[in-house]
Amino acid sequence: MSKSVRRDPVQWLKYVVLLFASFIVLFPPYVVVVNAFKQGNEGNDPFALPHSFLNFDNFRVVIERTHLWHSFGNTVYIIALSLIGNVVLGTMMAYCLGRLEFKGKKLVLGAFLFATIVPTITTQVVVFSVIKWMGLYNSLYAPVILFIGADVIQIYIYLQFIRNIPYELDESAMMDGASLFRIYRSVIFPLLGPATATLIILKTINIYNELYIPFLYMPKTSLAVVSTSIMRFASNNQAEWGYICAIILLIMIPTVVLYLFLQRYIFSGVTNGAVKG
Amino acid sequence: MNGLSYQAQKRIILLCFMSIPLALLALFTFYPAVKLVWMSFTDWDGLEANPTWIGFANFVEVFTNRDLFGVFLNQIPYAVVGIVQNAIAIVFAVILNSKLRGRNGFRVLMFLPFIMNAVAVAFMFQYVFDTTNGSLNILLGAIGLDSLSKTSWLGNTSLVNFSLASISMWRFLGYNMVIYLGALQSIPADMYEAAEIDGAGRWQKLIRLTLPNMTKIIQLNMFLTLSGALAVFDLPFVLTKGGPAGSSETFLFKTINTAFQFNNFGLASAMSVVLLLIVVVVLGLQNLVIGRGGRDA
Repeated sequence: MSKSVRRDPVQWLKYVVLLFASFIVLFPPYVVVVNAFKQGNEGNDPFALPHSFLNFDNFRVVIERTHLWHSFGNTVYIIALSLIGNVVLGTMMAYCLGRLEFKGKKLVLGAFLFATIVPTITTQVVVFSVIKWMGLYNSLYAPVILFIGADVIQIYIYLQFIRNIPYELDESAMMDGASLFRIYRSVIFPLLGPATATLIILKTINIYNELYIPFLYMPKTSLAVVSTSIMRFASNNQAEWGYICAIILLIMIPTVVLYLFLQRYIFSGVTNGAVKG
Repeated sequence: MNGLSYQAQKRIILLCFMSIPLALLALFTFYPAVKLVWMSFTDWDGLEANPTWIGFANFVEVFTNRDLFGVFLNQIPYAVVGIVQNAIAIVFAVILNSKLRGRNGFRVLMFLPFIMNAVAVAFMFQYVFDTTNGSLNILLGAIGLDSLSKTSWLGNTSLVNFSLASISMWRFLGYNMVIYLGALQSIPADMYEAAEIDGAGRWQKLIRLTLPNMTKIIQLNMFLTLSGALAVFDLPFVLTKGGPAGSSETFLFKTINTAFQFNNFGLASAMSVVLLLIVVVVLGLQNLVIGRGGRDA
């Protein structure tokens, strides 16, 4: 079978197609990388290499003007708190739904299913007044509570996973006299580790990308996250491509690095999530 | 807690573990959904405590005002490009599922756009699509397509939605591809071996074996594409602000503006309800189609 692979024209065609696709994927980022290092006097050709890749002037200006480190700090803070909430509440909910029998279980499951159907952004018209009523408008806790409360996909990731943990483990722990809380904390929670890892990666990327929730609930400049700070900067500095490319690059790097190191978990998370539907 | 019976413990655990998640669910999903429906029958301005009941007037406005319901026409390009995107994603999944050197590298590369920050990607393409300095027009000029190289990709009313949709294609194609690849890899290898023994060629294996095994995931992705096209918001919001001349406005974009720019929360609620119902209908159709497909197979 494999003796013909080398001269197979179909095989060549596959490489041609893949290389063309790679070109399309890499073309926009290439232009950004090259121009992020260019000064205004380096000509109009967007493809030309910069005089020096050690010229960090654009980055310096952009970081200063947007207070970018501050925005990164806000973003990390929001991500950290949301993830803690998601993991703690998600595992607790999955423990109840996956391990304990109680009246109204179907109803609770149905309620969470309904929540996944309603697109979050359509209800913002009303959620906005809820956030104001809670006194969280223009506070970092507004997105945190929305990322914990309004996006419930973690429940499904955990539920799918908890079913594969053998119930005998719970039983033998009970035999040893462990309380239910202890079983949750020392048996279930650690064994849900891989699901937690997947959740943390996917949620981090989602929250890092989120634009509208921070835009709507935190208009105050000091509360900017990376998404809102690049938006503000780009609309105030139209067509200053050197600067805009520099800020694009700075904002893209963290998730790209995360991806290159953790690609295995990301791929398995995406595939499992999709097969479940 | 050790002194208590398991029955008592269970009650305490259920109460402690579920009360916060359920309270959040009620506060951020159920209450808003109910209030949304209620407010869609009023002239609520977002502040007033007791808005006036105006019956179906908001819904009449949604369906009769061409400026409101008509913007769905702007979203057709997203659906069209989305379908093309799925087709291409399947082709690449099939290619990367075959014996090929460096296929993992290609997979990593093609998925890369998906994990890039969405807003940064939008501005990256603003540069690509810029009329005078944009890299796309300069590239087109360089390969001799001078007539195309003056195109205003984001400023032309009939092009703008295709340009925006192609940005989301750039971002999501690799994501779809990885999902299809996962589905392909779950087709048992012995089915292919059996087909080869029966003398099936490459093409026959693709048409008779691979694609039929992927129907369910293809349908699922198509519906996701469709509901995605219905709820487009970010790209026009960031890049065009709905312009030029309102040609890239989407229904959700209009809804958000109606509420937060014009303080007409009653009308915006009605628009949200309409969009919600359309999404629910699409999801219902999805379950019907996929459920039936599953039983036939």
